[in-house]
Amino acid sequence: MPQANVVMNVRTINNTVSIIDIEGDVSAFAEDILMEAYAEASLPTTRTIILNFNGLEYMNSSGIGLLVTLLIRANRQKQRMLAFGLSDHYKHIFELTRLNEAIGMYDTEADVLAVA
Amino acid sequence: MSTSSNSPEEKQTVIPRDAAYWAKQTKTFKVSNAPIGALNLNVEGRQALSPLQGFGQMWQKTYRIRLEGANVQPSEVIKTWKENFPRFWPKGNRFNAPLTGIAPGEVALLNLSMPVGMRLSTGVMVLYADDESFTLMTPQGHMFAGWITFSSYEDDGCTIAQSQVLIRANDPLYEIGFHLGGYAKEDRFWQDTLKSLAEYFNVKAPVQTQKVCVDPKLQWSQAKNIWQNSAIRTTLYTVSTPVRWVGQSFRRKPETNN
Repeated sequence: MPQANVVMNVRTINNTVSIIDIEGDVSAFAEDILMEAYAEASLPTTRTIILNFNGLEYMNSSGIGLLVTLLIRANRQKQRMLAFGLSDHYKHIFELTRLNEAIGMYDTEADVLAVA
Repeated sequence: MSTSSNSPEEKQTVIPRDAAYWAKQTKTFKVSNAPIGALNLNVEGRQALSPLQGFGQMWQKTYRIRLEGANVQPSEVIKTWKENFPRFWPKGNRFNAPLTGIAPGEVALLNLSMPVGMRLSTGVMVLYADDESFTLMTPQGHMFAGWITFSSYEDDGCTIAQSQVLIRANDPLYEIGFHLGGYAKEDRFWQDTLKSLAEYFNVKAPVQTQKVCVDPKLQWSQAKNIWQNSAIRTTLYTVSTPVRWVGQSFRRKPETNN
């Protein structure tokens, strides 16, 4: 299988909020890296997982599928998922795939942290 | 910690590598390039669904076949699959591909066989298509809400062809049907499709199947989807056909007399 071309870093903002910074490509090959990042971001007290898409360079339909499975996983832990940093193109894709109905989208980190 | 070098303004002007591969359409289905004679029922104007809008348990099922010895690149597999998609479908089911082929935003009309001789008319929209994968998205009333992704990649020097569904049954009736043999039928459907594709490349191989229940919970808030159920609507359309014929013949008579 081809190598994943993505780097994800986790920042714990406080006991209840964590951010996953995504840089590179989100495709099927990013699954292990994304799930590892989620495991690191998800503490027993975490209630909000925020995805930072400022560094997103490419996403295909398998990548969107990954986000759906991640969302379900987070919801089952009673966590909500929010996102920021999406370009207009990726906002359109979130709307097309109706992911925007389940993942709140914000422009900047400051905007999303204000509601987290 | 990571920081991005792209300013918001820069990000909006850079065209992403995937831009050409995604559907440009809005959330509703528009049939514009259907073959003549294909039944456009339960498709036009219907909303596109993701797995989040369905009723039943969410499943991710992956079907893979190794094209051992075929000496074919993943991009060639996908090109062949796109160009011959209806040919690889199991018998008894019709995939009326858009005249423009499988391209982002295009809608295909489906006529599927269901249990006890029932038919189901529905459709799919091409959500995404590139050289190594393409994804179909279902409309309201389809038996499931979600996406089907067809892809090909190389693994240990062998080309793999794969179908992956991420779905929920769309309403309570479909969910019951899936548990009463529908899931097994669906497995056979995609396994047969992959075997047909492999045979095209002169390969006979078993299909590996992997099933993961992503969410075992039912979404009762989506039970109302049953009003859009395409199986029920197709059946009503079929049984009312003689009534429509009679009605049409009465409407035509005054025109012919004038």
